[in-house]
Amino acid sequence: MATLVLDGLRKSFGAVNVLKGIDLSLASGEMLVIVGASGCGKSTLMRLIAGLETPSAGQILLDGRDVTRLDPSARDIAMVFQNYALYPHMSVFDNMSYGLRIRGMAKDDIHNRVQEAAVLLGLGALLDRKPRQLSGGQRQRVAMGRAIVREPKLFLFDEPLSNLDATLRVTMRAEIRRLQRRMGVTSLYVTHDQVEAMTLGDRLLVMHQGIPVQLATPMEVFERPANTYVAGFIGAPAMNFLPATLSHGGTAAQLGIGPLIPFADGKRPGADGRTLTIGLRPEHVLPAPDGLPMQIDLIEPLGSETVIIGRLEGGDMMSVKLAGAAPASETMSIAIGAEHLHVFDAETGLRLDPTN
Amino acid sequence: MERRTIFPGTLLPVMLVMPQLVLTLIFFYLPAGQAILSSFTRSDPFGMHVDFVGIDNFIDLFTDPLYVDSIVRTVIFCAAVSISSMAVALILAVFADHEIAGRGIYRVLLIWPYAIAPAVAAVLWILLLHPQIGPVGRWLNQHGIHWDYKLDGFQAMLAVIFASTWKQVSYNFIFLLAGLQSIPKAVIEAARMDGAKGWFRFRTVILPLLKPTMFFLLVVNLVYAAFDTFATISAMTQGGPGKATETLVVKVYQDGYVNQDIGSSSAQSVVLMVGVIVLTALQFRFMGKRNAE
Amino acid sequence: MIGQSRNGTDWLAHGVLLLGALLFILPLWLMFAGSTQDSALISRGELSMLPNLAGLGVYADVLLHGASGGPPVWRMLLISFGMAMAVAIGKIAISVISAYAVTFFRFPLRMFCFWTIFVTLMLPVEVRIIPTFSVMADLNMVNTFPGLVVPLIASATATLLFRQTFLAIPDELMEAARMDGAGPWRFLKDILLPVSAANLAALFVILFVLGWNQYLWPLLVATDQGLTPVVLGIVQMIGTESATEWNKVMATGVLALIPPVVVVILMQRWFVKGLTEGEK
Repeated sequence: MATLVLDGLRKSFGAVNVLKGIDLSLASGEMLVIVGASGCGKSTLMRLIAGLETPSAGQILLDGRDVTRLDPSARDIAMVFQNYALYPHMSVFDNMSYGLRIRGMAKDDIHNRVQEAAVLLGLGALLDRKPRQLSGGQRQRVAMGRAIVREPKLFLFDEPLSNLDATLRVTMRAEIRRLQRRMGVTSLYVTHDQVEAMTLGDRLLVMHQGIPVQLATPMEVFERPANTYVAGFIGAPAMNFLPATLSHGGTAAQLGIGPLIPFADGKRPGADGRTLTIGLRPEHVLPAPDGLPMQIDLIEPLGSETVIIGRLEGGDMMSVKLAGAAPASETMSIAIGAEHLHVFDAETGLRLDPTN
Repeated sequence: MERRTIFPGTLLPVMLVMPQLVLTLIFFYLPAGQAILSSFTRSDPFGMHVDFVGIDNFIDLFTDPLYVDSIVRTVIFCAAVSISSMAVALILAVFADHEIAGRGIYRVLLIWPYAIAPAVAAVLWILLLHPQIGPVGRWLNQHGIHWDYKLDGFQAMLAVIFASTWKQVSYNFIFLLAGLQSIPKAVIEAARMDGAKGWFRFRTVILPLLKPTMFFLLVVNLVYAAFDTFATISAMTQGGPGKATETLVVKVYQDGYVNQDIGSSSAQSVVLMVGVIVLTALQFRFMGKRNAE
Repeated sequence: MIGQSRNGTDWLAHGVLLLGALLFILPLWLMFAGSTQDSALISRGELSMLPNLAGLGVYADVLLHGASGGPPVWRMLLISFGMAMAVAIGKIAISVISAYAVTFFRFPLRMFCFWTIFVTLMLPVEVRIIPTFSVMADLNMVNTFPGLVVPLIASATATLLFRQTFLAIPDELMEAARMDGAGPWRFLKDILLPVSAANLAALFVILFVLGWNQYLWPLLVATDQGLTPVVLGIVQMIGTESATEWNKVMATGVLALIPPVVVVILMQRWFVKGLTEGEK
C-alpha cells in the first residue's frame, strides 16, 4: 500500500525531449493505466519510476519517500516486463525466489511466499520447470509471480500482454485485474492498447509526445475527451471529425458540409466564425431517411454490429456503427444529431465545454 | 554496437579491465614497441654498440634476395595450404551435410583432428614420408619417383605443404559445415522448385551464400599457414634443404634467435606485424559490411 | 542440404566421407601400431599395419624414462597439461572480466581500452616472438613456468568473443535482475556466466588445445628439460635415422594426442557451436 507522487518529471536524451513535464498523484491501491501511441514517452516514464533511468528534472515520491535517485533495488518496486525477462537457466521456483534470496530472506519464508504466489497464479505444478518448457501465458504468470512474491510498494506492468495471442490476452487481462484488486498494491500499467486501458484502469493517463494529455477515469476519457487526440485514440472505430465554425452567438455549429447544429448542452465561448472541429462517435451517427447522402465504400460485418465506412458529398470520410446487419445498398443517408456532439477548437484541438 | 542498459559506477569496471590491459601492455605493446625501435638499429659484431640506422634494416631486407625469396616462398606456401585445405574441407562438408545414416559419426571423425598438434603431425609425417622407412616414402620410391624431401627442395615444399594442409582440414571442415547448415532450407527448396539442379544449384545458390564464411576462413588459414606452421616446418625440414622451405616465420627465428641478428629480425617482425594487421583490418572491414546487409 | 539421397543409400557421400575419415584415422592407426613394434625393424623400413601387442610395454617405458636422453614423458605431459589449463583458465578469466567491464559499464577511456586490447587480436605470439623473449629475459622469467604461460594469455580473441555474447544478452534480463536487487557481481555470477555456459565450454576447448599445441614459444623459453612440453619433446626425440627410437617416438605421439582429442570429442557439441557462432 503506497502512494506515488510524480512532480515535474522531465527526461531528455541529448537534444531529444522525451518527457516534457509529468505531474501525477496515485492513491494507495490504485491502478493507473498509461496509454498512448509508440514514442509518446510512456515506457520512458515507467523506467524512470523503476529507477532504470534517471530523470533530467523532477521528483518521484513513493509513499512520501524521495526515490528519484535511488537504485532500482532500493525502491521496493517490482516490474513485469513485456518479454517476461525470465532467467533462462533457472527453474520457475528459482526465478520467483531470486529477489528474495538476494535480500537474505530465510529459506522457509521464501518457500512459503513462492508457494502462495504459485497457488494464486496456478503455477503449482510448474515450479521445477525451466522457462523454455513453458507456454507464453505460463511465462507471463511466472513473471507476475516474481513481482508478487516481493510484496512491493508498487507494481509496474510494461505492456505485459503484447506478446500473447488475442484470446490469451483477454483471459490474462481479467486475471491481472483480479489479482491487483485482491492484493491492493498500487500499480502502474503501460499499454498502447486502448481496450486494455479502458478495462484495467481505475484512471487513465493518456500521453502524446511526452506530454500528459488527460488524466481521468476511463468513462470520463471516453465521454469527455480532453482534446482531439484523446478523442481519436480512445474508442473503436475512431471518432468522426468534421470541420465547422461557431455561429449564432456561440449556440450552434455551422458544419462545413452543410447543416447547422444547435448545441444541446449550452453556449460555447468565442466569437462567431471561430473554427471548430466537431466530433461524433460512429455509434452516434444515425441513419436518417432525409439526411446527408453518404457513398458507402466499405462494410465490416462484426457479427453483433456493423461498421460502415463511406464518404459524404464533400469528400469527408465518415464511419458509422450500427447494431445488427448492414443495409444492402451502396448509399445511405445519415444525420448529425445534437446529442453526443463533441466540440473542439480547430487550432488547438482542445475540448470546448459549455460556458454556463 | 552498445548496450542500452548498464550498471552505474566506474571504479569496478576499471579494476576489471586492468589485468588484461596490463598483460597486453607488458607482453604485447612493450615487445612490439621494442621490436619497432630495434628495427631501426644495428649492433656491432660484439653486441657492444647499438647504432640508430633509420630504415636501413628495412631497405636491406627488401633488397636482400634471400628475404624476397622468403616472401615469395611464404606466399606460395600460404596460398597452397589455404586453398587445398579449404577445398578438401569443402568437399567433405558438402557430403557431411547430406542426410545419411551415420552422419553424426562421420562428423566426429572429421572434427577430432582439430586437436592434433602441428608438431605431432610433423613427427607423424616425418616417419610416414621417410624415403627409406616410411610407408608412403617407400611406396613413392618403389614406383619410380625419387622421393627424398631432405634432399630435394621442391619435394620438401610438397612435404610441408601436405603435412600443414592435413592438419588444417578439420578446422575448415567445422566452419564450412556450420556455414552450409546455416543456409535456410527454404532457400534451397526454392532453388529446387525453380529447377536448379546439382552442380548448378551448388554453384549459383550455395557457393555465394558461403562466401562470407569462406572469406573469413581464408584469412584465418593464411595466418595459420604463415605462423602456426612453424612447428611443422621446423620439425620436418628446419627450413631446408638449403632455404627451400624457409618461410618468413622460420626466417625470423633463424635470424633472431639462432643468429642473434636483432636488427634484421626486428625489422622482419615489424613487417610481419604490419602484414597481419592489414589482413585483419581487411577481414573486419568485410565482415562489417556483411553484418550490415 | 545439398543433393538428396536416392531411395537407398547415398553411396557417393558414404564413399567420400569414409575416405576423409580414413585420411585421418589411418595415419594415426599407423602411429599406434608403430609404437608397439621394434624400433630396429621400423628403421629397416618394416613398419607394419598390425600392432604387436607384446610391445605395449613401450608406453610404460617412455612414460618413465623418456627417449634419446630426453625427460620422462610423464613430466612432459604434466607440463603440457599445466600449460593448457593455465592458458585456458587464465585467458577465460581475464577475458570475461574485461569483456564484462567494457560491455556493461561506462567509464572514461572505455573504448580506448577496448581498442587497445582488440589490436592484439590476430597477432599470434609467433609474430612478436623475439621481442617478447627479450622482455621475458628482462623480467627474469625465462625458463620458468609462468614465463611459459603468461605471454600466451595476453591476446584478445576470447575478449572479443565474450563481448559479442554479452552484447546479445537481452536488456530486460539485466533490468529484471537489477529490480530483483542484483548488483554487478551477483549479475555476473548468477546470471551472465550460467547463460554464457556454452560459450565458456567452447572457449575452454579451443584454448586448451591452443595451450597444449604451443611449440615455438616453449622452444625459446623452456631451456630446462624439466619444462619441456610434450609437443616439443617429441620433436627433440628425433635424431638421425638410426639413432631415433621410432617406437618410443610414436608412443609419445599417441600419448601427446590423447588429452586434447579427448577434450575435443567430449565437448564436441558446444565446441562446434562456440567456434562457429563466436567468430562471426
